[in-house]
Parts: sequence; C-alpha cells; structure tokens
Amino acid sequence: MRLALAGVSHHRAPLELRERVAVDLETAGGLARELAAAAGPAHEAVVLSTCNRTELYLAGEDGGLAEHADRALFSLAGSGAEALAPAAYRLADESAALHLFRVAAGLDSMVPGEGEILGQVRDAFEAGSPGPLLGRTFRMALRAGRRARVETAIGESPSSVPAAAAALSEQVFEGLAGRSVVLVGAGRTSELTARNLRSRGARIAVVANRTLERAEQLAASFGARAITIDELAGALGEADVVVSSTSAPGIVLTPEALSPALRARRGRPVLIVDLAVPRDVDPALASIDGCFVYDVDALEGVVAATLEGRRSEAVQAERIVNEEAERFRAWRASLAVVPAIASLRAKAEEIRSAELARMENRLPEAERDVVDTVTAQIVNKLLHLPTVRMKEAAVTADGLLYADVVRHLFGLGEEEEA
Amino acid sequence: MAELLVWPTVIAYGEAALVYAGELRGHARYGRLGIWGVRVGWLAQTGLLTAQALSAEGFPWGTWAGALNLLSWLVVSGYLVWGCRPRYRLVGLVLMPLAAGLVVLAWAGGGTALDANGDGVALATHAGLMLAGLASFTLAAAVAALYVFEERRLKRRDTRVLRLRLPSLEALDRLAARAVLAGLVLLSAGIVVGLVWLHVNGLDAAMTVAVLIWALYALALVVRWEAGVRGRRFARLLLAGLVLVVAVLPLTHFAA
Repeated sequence: MRLALAGVSHHRAPLELRERVAVDLETAGGLARELAAAAGPAHEAVVLSTCNRTELYLAGEDGGLAEHADRALFSLAGSGAEALAPAAYRLADESAALHLFRVAAGLDSMVPGEGEILGQVRDAFEAGSPGPLLGRTFRMALRAGRRARVETAIGESPSSVPAAAAALSEQVFEGLAGRSVVLVGAGRTSELTARNLRSRGARIAVVANRTLERAEQLAASFGARAITIDELAGALGEADVVVSSTSAPGIVLTPEALSPALRARRGRPVLIVDLAVPRDVDPALASIDGCFVYDVDALEGVVAATLEGRRSEAVQAERIVNEEAERFRAWRASLAVVPAIASLRAKAEEIRSAELARMENRLPEAERDVVDTVTAQIVNKLLHLPTVRMKEAAVTADGLLYADVVRHLFGLGEEEEA
Repeated sequence: MAELLVWPTVIAYGEAALVYAGELRGHARYGRLGIWGVRVGWLAQTGLLTAQALSAEGFPWGTWAGALNLLSWLVVSGYLVWGCRPRYRLVGLVLMPLAAGLVVLAWAGGGTALDANGDGVALATHAGLMLAGLASFTLAAAVAALYVFEERRLKRRDTRVLRLRLPSLEALDRLAARAVLAGLVLLSAGIVVGLVWLHVNGLDAAMTVAVLIWALYALALVVRWEAGVRGRRFARLLLAGLVLVVAVLPLTHFAA
C-alpha cells in the first residue's frame, strides 16, 4: 500500500487559484468516497479543503496512484486547470504523512499554530473514506496536532487585533463570562472585536453611535441597547470593557466623561480599547488608577510580540511532529514483516491443530480442553519473542532480511509454491 | 544526619528562584523545573522538621531561629497550593528567595538543629497558629507583588504581556484578599489560644504588636470592602503591612 498526496496551498497558490479547487465539507466527503469506490489504484481517500489549501490524500496500489491524485485535483479546477500546475505539489508515503502532521499541528498555516486547522483535519477525516493506511495516518496527524497545542504554547496567543483585545481583557478580569461591554462606534472593527469578546462569554450591553439607526442595527445582532454618543457618559458606569472605534476627528472619551463612571465602579478596573485612528480616547485616561487603555499601536505591538512567540514555539512543535513522523515510519516499516509473522503463526497453529486432531481419540474428554489450552500457550510463548524481534528489526534496514530468514527456516509459503 | 537536609532545601529553593527569574526573562519552558525545585525543597524541609519534631521534647521551634524554619515551611506549603498552576508559578519569584533566606537564617541561629527543647502543647498551638497567620500574610504580599508587576505591565502596555501569561489582575486581587482573611482567622485563633491557655498577665510588647498587626490587616479588609480600596492600592497596603511586620515583630518577640 502506498500513500499519495496532491494539493495546492497558500504557499504557492494565490486566492484566485485556491478558490477554484476549494470545496465544502460535504462535497469533499462525497469526492473522497467517489475516489475510493471507483475502479483504479486508490482504495482510500480523504479530501481536505480549507480557505488556505485543498489537498487530496489517496492510499492504494502502487500503479499510478500519484497520477490518479493529480488528475483528481486538476479535475476540481475544471477548465483552465493548467494554471494550477505550477502551484500544485505532490508528495508520497512518509513525506505525505509528515506534511499532514505539520498541517494538523498548524505549522503549515499562514499564522503558525492557528486553532481551526486541527478541527478541519478531523472533519475531513470523518467525512472521507479512509481505510487502514489513511485511517492510521490521520489519527497520528490528529495526535501530533493535539500534542503540539498541549505541549507547546503555539496556539495560546492571539494573532489579530480583535483577538488581542479580547485576550487582554482576560488579563484584567477573571474570565469574561457576564462582563459588560460598551461599543462606541458601530463600524466593522468594533463588531469584530465585540464578536471576539462575546465568544469568550462577555455580554455586549450597549452600542453607542453618532447615528442611532446604525447603532440599533448592530445592537440588534448582539441583543444590546442602542444609544447615541451624547448619552454615552451615562452608560459607561456599567462597562467593564469599552471598545471605541468611531470616525470622529477628535477625542470622544475624556477623563471628565469617565470619572463619575470610575467612581461608581469602586475600584473595579476597566479596560478601554481604542481602535480608532485618529484616537477616540484621551491618553490621559491611562494614568487613572484601575483604568487600562490600549490603542491600535499598542495592540499591534502585542500581536507582533505574540506572533514572534508562536514562531519560537513552532520549533518545539516541529520536534513533536518529527517524533510522530518517526512513529509513523516505524509503523509502516513493521507492516513489511506482518505477512511473515502471520504465516509463521498460521503454520504453528496448523501444526498444533493437526497434532491435537491426531490425539483426539486417545485423550479422555475431560483432558482435551486442558491440552488444547496448554499447547496454545506453548505456541504463543515460543512465538512471542521472534514476533517482537521481527517487528523491532522491521524499523531497521534488516527488517526484510529477517522476514526472509524466517520464511526460509520454517518453510513458509513453500507448500503453495509446490 | 537529618540536619544535612538544610542544604538540599536551600539549594532546591534557590534553584526554583533562579528558574523563575529565567521564566520572567522569557524562558517559560523551564518553569516546570522551578516547581520541581520547590517540591524537592519542601520534601527535604518536611523531612528536617519531622526529624526535629521526633527528636525534641516539646515544641522545637520556640526560638526565633526555629520559628523562621517553621515559617518558611508554612509559606512554601501555602505556595504549593497555587504555585503548581503555571500562571501562578511566578508568585514563587518573591517567595522562594525569601524561603531560602529564612532557612539559612534559621540554620545560622541554630533553628535547624535536632534535640532542641521547647515548651508544651499550649505554646506549640499558639506559635503554630501565629506563624501560620504570618505565612498567610507573606503569601498575600507575594501575590500583591505579582499584582503590582502585572498591573505595571498592563499600564505600560508591555508588548510581551500575553507571552508571559500571569493570572488576571482581578484573580490576583481576590487571592490576596483571601490570603489576608485566612491569615486573620489564624492570627485571631493564635491570639485567643495565647490569652486563654498561656495565662498571660497584662499586655506586653509582643502581645501589643500581635494585636496591632491583626488590626492593620483587618483594617485593610474593611477599607477594601467599605471604601473600594482594591487593586494597586490594596496591593501596596499588603506590601507595606508585611514590611512593617518584618521590621517590628522580631524586635518585640525575639529581641531578648
């Protein structure tokens, strides 16, 4: 059994090319089943398609498997598929597995360690048509991905400004569940940050905007209260986090406006995220006790530092992926001696059964079971060590030699040849 | 022989302190080595204290040096409750050098020796409770120090604030308050035991200071609840409180 991979990814294919071969999960599952069921070299197939890559993993007989994977990928692009050729890559066996392990660990992603890819690999695996080889390969890839995230900090840090704002909120507050967020400005940036905060349990309480209509639209999507900017001062008292992103030319939040709200909070902190350029928040607010102000520059600095951290964690994650790839290689190599082991055990069982049958009439009924059990145990104990040693040798260059020696010593397969 | 356990204790606590200092400088991967240093040191010190308890007639930590030995063990025990969580590990950056220093001081003053004789059960209970209370205040101060550090990073908008993840400010603030509350309960019990069982006549300097310390920390909690003195101000109050305790308590209790 061989493994073949054909695919395109963000490394060499621009978005225009990637979108031509991108498919949703249902289509990917259908395509995988179709590829595995059709006559041809492929017996197993999984199609992984995300916004950054489309990859076809096939397992089957050696004859033309790679070309088959290629053809399947190009057929996805339809007419003009030749444009795909320079961007497409093909990998086989251990290289294909290593690539999948890196993908699952987030090491091949645009942002190293991004969180979604592991789930996407799992979904593709579950929707596809894997057999013994692809099944094992994907399970090991998922394990590599999980280990990379658990044993390193590659996925811990935020990779965007809205995510950084949400993560900073969690440095101030003990969890965001039930925390009140006030949005000042109803633009796209505010919305993205609010969604990020809400995904961590925060409650979007108020949306304040210059025009009430736009505030109401956004507030409706969060179940929040809409107000105009003029009413903002009254709403700030309930805010744990304030996200400001208006297009106002001057300062919107001043120390004077916020002071009564801060007094009402009786020492509880407040985080103010200023995403506007020019800034909405007076920098003097940062000097007030319990008031933390982050503007776009500060947030981008945090993101840059965390991405740098991800890259250093990626070195650790690569080590984990290589360990898993080594385990995969050992497993694949052990498959080479499996037929010899199976033949040896079958031969031993055949001899044991024949001898038992010969003795059947000479043994009392009560003793037959005992003899059957004892002889089975003897055979198992005798064959245990050779089996283990052959599997150990399989991962070295001597693996096939051992298998041949066993075949020769025990005359395995000679009856069939005769 | 058991006295030799002092050195593994000091070395392990010192190792933990160094590793934590490294973690602060961005080598987060070694943080686990730090917590193992604490565990090993704590086990060694527990062995030492057990040997002292078995060999002594009565309470072996009645002297200033013995008290420091027991206090450092109580502080590290309290730290181990939270310190095993990665985000709280750095509380040890304050505590482990302190613990190592206390053990060395205790050794220098003969507080780690075997066969030390002491008084009876009443004094043991009184001193044990008082020391446990002081250990709680020390823990509270260490947590407060971490609060001040984290608050400063957030205020300064340190770009590494999410790379070296510490507990949230709110969590640190609450933990410090809980440690103070626990310390107050223990200290109250220690004072009551001292008054009832030790048949103290009159208010001497040691008792006055103990009551003042109790009042100081009780006041810190009252202003926290009633006047909203939280966060940085509360943390600074706890740090100042510990400095005061460290400066005054030895003079009144062990000067003689």
